[in-house]
Amino acid sequence: MNIEDIPRRRFDALIIGAGGGGLRAALQLAEADASVAVVSKVFPTRSHTVAAQGGMNAALANVLPDNWHWHMFDTVKGSDYLGDQDAIEYMCRAAPKAVYEMEHFGVPFSRLDNGKIYQRPFGGQSQNFGGEQAARTCAAADRTGHAILHSLYQQNIRAKTHFFDEYFAVDLLKDEQGNILGAYVFDIHSGEELIIEAKTTLLATGGAGQLFRTTTNALINTGDGMGMALRAGMPLQDMEFFQFHPTGIAGRGMLITEGARGEGGYLVNAKGERFMERYAPSAKDLASRDVVSRSIYTEVKEGRGCGPEKDHVLLKLDHLPEDVLQSRLPGIRQTCITFLGIDPADQPIPVYPTAHYTMGGVPTNRHGQVVIPVKDTPEEPVTGLYAAGECACVSVHGANRLGGNSLLDILVFGRSAANHIIEYLKENRFHKVIDEKVIKQAYNRLHRWDTNSGDESVDDIRHELQKVMEENCGVFRTQDVLNNGVEEVSKLAERLKNASITDQSELFNTARVEALELENLMDVALATVYSAAARTESRGAHSRVDFTERDDKGWMRHTLYTSEERKLDYKPVRTKPMSVDSFPPKPRVY
Amino acid sequence: MSEYAMPEQVNSALRWRCRRGMLELDILLNEFIDKKYTLLDNSQKEVFDQVLDYPDQLLFDLFLGHMESSDTKVSDLVQTIRQSASV
Ligand SMILES: Cc1cc2nc3c(=O)[nH]c(=O)nc-3n(C[C@H](O)[C@H](O)[C@H](O)COP(=O)(O)OP(=O)(O)OC[C@H]3O[C@@H](n4cnc5c(N)ncnc54)[C@H](O)[C@@H]3O)c2cc1C
Repeated sequence: MNIEDIPRRRFDALIIGAGGGGLRAALQLAEADASVAVVSKVFPTRSHTVAAQGGMNAALANVLPDNWHWHMFDTVKGSDYLGDQDAIEYMCRAAPKAVYEMEHFGVPFSRLDNGKIYQRPFGGQSQNFGGEQAARTCAAADRTGHAILHSLYQQNIRAKTHFFDEYFAVDLLKDEQGNILGAYVFDIHSGEELIIEAKTTLLATGGAGQLFRTTTNALINTGDGMGMALRAGMPLQDMEFFQFHPTGIAGRGMLITEGARGEGGYLVNAKGERFMERYAPSAKDLASRDVVSRSIYTEVKEGRGCGPEKDHVLLKLDHLPEDVLQSRLPGIRQTCITFLGIDPADQPIPVYPTAHYTMGGVPTNRHGQVVIPVKDTPEEPVTGLYAAGECACVSVHGANRLGGNSLLDILVFGRSAANHIIEYLKENRFHKVIDEKVIKQAYNRLHRWDTNSGDESVDDIRHELQKVMEENCGVFRTQDVLNNGVEEVSKLAERLKNASITDQSELFNTARVEALELENLMDVALATVYSAAARTESRGAHSRVDFTERDDKGWMRHTLYTSEERKLDYKPVRTKPMSVDSFPPKPRVY
Repeated sequence: MSEYAMPEQVNSALRWRCRRGMLELDILLNEFIDKKYTLLDNSQKEVFDQVLDYPDQLLFDLFLGHMESSDTKVSDLVQTIRQSASV
């Protein structure tokens, strides 16, 4: 099809991604009578948000004393002081309201006997600025993500949001002035292409766990929105910070929720020692994720791993009363039976860190506006472009996300981005003109896969990329390892130019979808290794064996990576909250 | 199924429907498609088709044994799918 024949549709707002972040934004917009299109490569309720079992944080103080300021302290500390404190204050203050809103939309939160919402303790939660363990996580049994996603989807249907289900977004449309005017998409079923013109576009495409071989993330998490942003000339922020969940099922990747340790589970090495007592004497097994991941890594590295290969540690739940396992953690038991053939009521679970959460992403402010450095201003909003959820970096998680803060993040910032869009739409009533040049890049990128005749395979390159990333940009990082990562990923990026696909059909060409996803993964992998190799300190999830200390003088700043010339730039952390005193950096001990 | 008439298209359409929001389902469904799907007879394939329309959480509950279907055709298929995943 020629470019001029490609059909066009117009909307006030285009949301790319139908996870919790995208759907929360869409609902807010649809209720304000904006015309909203939501594009999702999978049916909305199959978005990755469905996998979030643990719950969302809010200082409701239903089980133990709590307030938003303690939640804020924990989030700043958890972020290893790389989180922006204005955004963190905003999120923690908004949290209780976000929970009540979800309850109102139909999420059946688990209850206490007194009728209030039950809250469980999660890692990194404290009372009174670093004191006793807090209980801040609200959950709908172990299906919180499912309940949130389905409630929001139903609400959107009611509010008449327009869904483009199983449509793949290829690229953003950007004019010469740098405005974002919508996106180029195609219908995965029919292959039909479509130009969606929008006054505002929100990226809500989720994370990029598929960068790594062992991951908790589903196959769909290929960092598409981050790739689109990079190709539109936007930077990605803080990509070196990738959270590894300490307790993935060894060899398989899937998660044993932190709730297991919240309910009394603990880790042991080959000698049967509760080794977390050595690394985090006070919080022990409930220390923050990076601390636990690194401790497991160290145990295995120093020869105290379990199993014939000594390549994992064990998570013990067999001391817990049967009814606790059954009522609070039913999912874990069956997961182990299905994927390992063992029952955790009788035997400990083999676990190892698994790639879990992308802290970095498209830089935004707390209104969801994508912000980029322009001349001397580090954070100039891009007209028409917003981002929210795991693909964005606002940055509330900084160098390390706390469990339960991500569902909160997607709901709070999905909503706040929508509110800003609503204001923007009042001032900007007309669509900007899109000429052919603007469309050409996306068109060419898609159609390159029709004609390419190189002999490299997409599958092979993806597998190699995931292996290279795991080995060279995982939990063990030194300059040599990371430099090797830069080199290897760069080689793979070159090879990708010579990849081709054999399937040239229009209908359901999933080979083409996978090729486009791999291009996104590759761009995101480059951003990740380049950013990681440059940061010569240890902070949060970026833990270096050759630079073991956090260096606040040199490195309390955000990384910005742009694709053009693979350039790195930096901007200061926003240490000033909205209304309270700032939390100055302190050693992060638990 | 008429809209997916050609064999490879049945394949890609099916594979796309096996892309879910949870890693557990990706593993179970894809291992099943790779190892066992072609061994099903037509009526079992129809059951599989129907099961793929279930929401992720329900599939998860069925595959991970939190729930059992009262339809024996579905529960038999679920068993076969579970078996293709255990190590
Ligand atoms: C196993 C697991 C458990 C978790 N548990 C918790 C928890 O208990 N508490 C917590 O707070 N957090 C948890 N998290 C993290 C949390 O689930 C995610 O960070 C969050 O759900 C991300 O939501 P999102 O809206 O940003 O994106 P997602 O839910 O990932 O949605 C992304 C959307 O983008 C669409 N999309 C992507 N690319 C394209 C494209 N090219 N074209 C069209 N559409 C596209 C997808 O179809 C999808 O609709 C967990 C994560 C995992 C992996």
